[in-house]
Amino acid sequence: MSAPLAALGDTEAGSGVRPPARRRRLRQLGTRDRVVLGIMVGIPVLIQALLVWIPTLASVGLSFAKWDGLALSSIQGNGLTNYRFVFTESPQFWPAVLHNVTWLLFLAVIGTPLGLLLAVLLDQKIRGTRIYQTVFFLPVMLSLALIGIIWELIYSQDNGLLNYLLGTSGTPHAIDWFGDSKVNLWAALVAATWRHAGYIMILYLAGLKGVDPSLREAASLDGANGRQTFFRIVFPAMAPTNVIIVVITVIESLRAFDIVWVINHGTNGLELLSVLVVQYLVGETQVIGIGSAFAVVLLIISLVPIVIYLSRTFSTKER
Amino acid sequence: MAETASGRFQMDRRSLVKGLGLGAVGLISAPVLAACSTGGSSSGSSGGSGGGGGSLTFGSNASDPTPKQAYAAFVSAFEKKSKDKVTVNTSDHNGFQDKISNYLQGSPDDAFTWFAGYRMRYYAKKGLVADVSDVWAKIGSNFSDGLKAASTGEDGKQYFVPNYNYPWGFFYRKSFWADNGWTVPATFDDLIAVSKKMKAKGIIPIAFTDKDQWPACGTFDYLNMRINGYQFHVDLCAHKQGWDTPQVQEVFTTWKELLPYYDPSAAGLTWQEGAQKLGKKQAGMMLLGSFITQQFTDPAVLADIDFFPFPSVKVEGTDSVEAPIDGLMLSKKGGQNQAAKDMLAFMGTGAGQQAYYSVDKSNIMTAKDADTSGYSAFTKKLSEVIANAKHISQFFDRDALPAMAANVLEPAMLNFIKSGTINLSNIESQAKTLYAQQ
Amino acid sequence: MTSTTSTATTARPKGDVRDVAVARSRSKRGGTLWPTYLFLTVMALIWLVPLLWAIYTSLRPKADTDKYGYFSVAGNFNLDNYFQAWTQGGFINYFGNSVLVTIPTVILTLLFASMMAFAVSRYSWRFNVTLLIMFTAGNLLPPQVLATPLFEMFKLVQLPYAISDSGTMLNQLYSVVLANTAFQIGFCTFVLSNYMKAIPIELSEAARVDGAGVWTQYARVIMPLTRPALAALGTLEVIFIYNDYFWPLILIQSGNKLPITTAINNLQGEFLSNYNLLAAGAVITMIPTLVVYLALQRQFIAGLTLGANKG
Repeated sequence: MSAPLAALGDTEAGSGVRPPARRRRLRQLGTRDRVVLGIMVGIPVLIQALLVWIPTLASVGLSFAKWDGLALSSIQGNGLTNYRFVFTESPQFWPAVLHNVTWLLFLAVIGTPLGLLLAVLLDQKIRGTRIYQTVFFLPVMLSLALIGIIWELIYSQDNGLLNYLLGTSGTPHAIDWFGDSKVNLWAALVAATWRHAGYIMILYLAGLKGVDPSLREAASLDGANGRQTFFRIVFPAMAPTNVIIVVITVIESLRAFDIVWVINHGTNGLELLSVLVVQYLVGETQVIGIGSAFAVVLLIISLVPIVIYLSRTFSTKER
Repeated sequence: MAETASGRFQMDRRSLVKGLGLGAVGLISAPVLAACSTGGSSSGSSGGSGGGGGSLTFGSNASDPTPKQAYAAFVSAFEKKSKDKVTVNTSDHNGFQDKISNYLQGSPDDAFTWFAGYRMRYYAKKGLVADVSDVWAKIGSNFSDGLKAASTGEDGKQYFVPNYNYPWGFFYRKSFWADNGWTVPATFDDLIAVSKKMKAKGIIPIAFTDKDQWPACGTFDYLNMRINGYQFHVDLCAHKQGWDTPQVQEVFTTWKELLPYYDPSAAGLTWQEGAQKLGKKQAGMMLLGSFITQQFTDPAVLADIDFFPFPSVKVEGTDSVEAPIDGLMLSKKGGQNQAAKDMLAFMGTGAGQQAYYSVDKSNIMTAKDADTSGYSAFTKKLSEVIANAKHISQFFDRDALPAMAANVLEPAMLNFIKSGTINLSNIESQAKTLYAQQ
Repeated sequence: MTSTTSTATTARPKGDVRDVAVARSRSKRGGTLWPTYLFLTVMALIWLVPLLWAIYTSLRPKADTDKYGYFSVAGNFNLDNYFQAWTQGGFINYFGNSVLVTIPTVILTLLFASMMAFAVSRYSWRFNVTLLIMFTAGNLLPPQVLATPLFEMFKLVQLPYAISDSGTMLNQLYSVVLANTAFQIGFCTFVLSNYMKAIPIELSEAARVDGAGVWTQYARVIMPLTRPALAALGTLEVIFIYNDYFWPLILIQSGNKLPITTAINNLQGEFLSNYNLLAAGAVITMIPTLVVYLALQRQFIAGLTLGANKG
């Protein structure tokens, strides 16, 4: 996975900071400046268009086609066959959807709240708060691929720490945590949470520090206790950060890929939508039409949180 | 590595064939290889310089040190004999596979390394490789019928010249079996019987491992060939036969009888781990390619390893052998080059194959007139199994559409290993869609 | 958002009104913080277990763990696994590839993103909000959504063998740089444009009156003022790109050209059933990120939370 979606924050970005009308209009510029500006905008836009938007649209197009990946001229229409394969024939599709949903629910119910709890606790006047933060944040620095390897050392059937601690190591009751399809999704989710919670913690902590202290002061003077202050005053004031965290939780669960790919290439109980796309993507197992249909399903699901986020972010802005 | 499902199992199987621990060396030495492939490196002794011979380019996927040197020795022997000049372009093994279609359409070399089976037939059908039937007219008598069939495209013409292969079968420890009075099973019932005895002693009868998913194909291929015959197997791989047929159902019904004798944690184990269990006498036998022997680093254990073919089940006795073949092909452009054809013809001779074998001894030569006096008794046994085969299969992922193998059958078989059930009508409908896309 | 609050995530000024409030509420509740300390300490220890276990395993010779089991304290401790993993694993090569991907990607991303951010934040033109929305959306997409066409596009580009051993854009580190740059520009543009909007417009006005063109305003006026944000984003992006697993997996076919993060898979295959070596390899892979983290923690967190603060 590429960047963990960083805080694309600031849902109130720029609003009220500076009236937009103060910015210069293009027609006030000379020819040379317009050309320079055109280049400055043109290069990034070209890169985005060529490497992000056009391929995304091409995915949609190819999902209705069959293509052996040889000459461009051999692309043929294939109607809805690829989608029929995805929805009715592929035995991995619905399990993958279920696993993605499980991923989302697990992060939403356990990973994210744990991060929030850590942030709220650390936002108090705690001695050694920097040290705690450093510890919880450490896994965020690691790639999910590496996290898969580190946890393999915990989860291994014969040599893993967990089975030693459970006292089952070396017995027939020893569980192969990554290999047994009854438990491996949960095992992977625990490893993913190890990283996710620290990520949420640091974002929320930053948000908490942005809450106007006088709000708490007032609540405290009114006799509200800590919990009441948090839920009635702080949490509502954190609305922008809350949106970011919801979006991050959703997108991270849709993007989940690296860790299951490292564990077993996303098979045997670890199927995810992103994995199905890649299985039909490159090499000799490539079936472009079907891989594209999986990709479009993933795209459409991803657009829901993206659109919600963008409309919230940009609607308050640049009016 | 390109970790597509196919890239993965090809790498796995290849890296063993190449020998242990060489992967790391290969990775370090690879920048040199990359340099080679841009400029092209001919391998030394061109024999009679200015001997008026032709010239050709040769694209090799032998990027690991041992096979790379082995092909260099082969090329050098050919140059000496023919006075032709060969330019070798070596590519990374997996990378070569991933870009093969692009390579063949773009600017391919005259000759290149490839595999027999569907993977050869597919590119033959797409018209991207050259017919070498004229070469086969010269070398045909040097190969068994099975090898010839494996080199033949759907149109009945030959497109491939074999170099080496390696058989699949059951491997076991002789002393372990002798001590317990177990005998080599000739039939499926014998296999069940001996497994029962092992299980009673608390031994895992069959070290079945399927974390990598491809190993299960070996059992499927053998059961299908033993129950329905070689032709049915080939037709099924090409999807000329359906998966929702009683024949295929019978394969899985029979297979189900074996499941109680498999390692209970098969789904999470790699084949290397299974081989270790075999070596430590925790398991009785294991069905795998002969590369398994490279897992036994202790010479005493290695000397104790023996082999028996997959027992007969219903038809054809043990006539069909699973023995993936690696060899050479010509690109379309190479088909116009007599020197390239001469090199393929040389690969079809004992002299050519010996030049390769002199460096890479982990495989079995395929030409009848190859000098096998250097074989160990064990290698001799393996080679006889192949030599006596009426039919040679290539392994499901080489005989069938790769996406069918990796994305459909292999997950379904893993599920079958765990649950004992398989949905053949679903496999058939997936097969219909996938094969229609090609 | 202002430049000062965005970087001051960990250091809070003393005598903050909030501290007073917190202190007051705590004194009211009277020393109820000990369950918090207990909980945080237990969690922190749990959090450290995977890393400590990996380090512990990596320091023990395989022979000893075979003899005593991994869950034991007997036997020797040394760095042999590290030496062996280093020589066997080809780490120098992989780290080199990571550098060749990471540094150009971060430089290009910040360059293009700052130009774009400059244009959308300092000038008003028809599609600037639309483009900013598209850029942001692009960054949020799962990369798998567009990987197939991108792979095919790169495959279709014919290059001379002198600059590409595949004759195409596949199997080239610069293709990974391009893909990563395209994916990261959106995020960086978004953050930088918010940052630049907070820079008083009068500054560029003054420069313009002095006769400075668009480029001079960008390079001489705005960029120097954006330095804190660039430093924070740069640190963040170094980690992001270093940790990227997906694009090399798709675009690179030769094992020797993989950056370290994607090459981990190979290590897993090579060090199979030697957990001591695998642990050493994992720790080696971790070291660069840990160094960056410990040295530039503030920059990193600032980058991550840049924009999450309300001004």
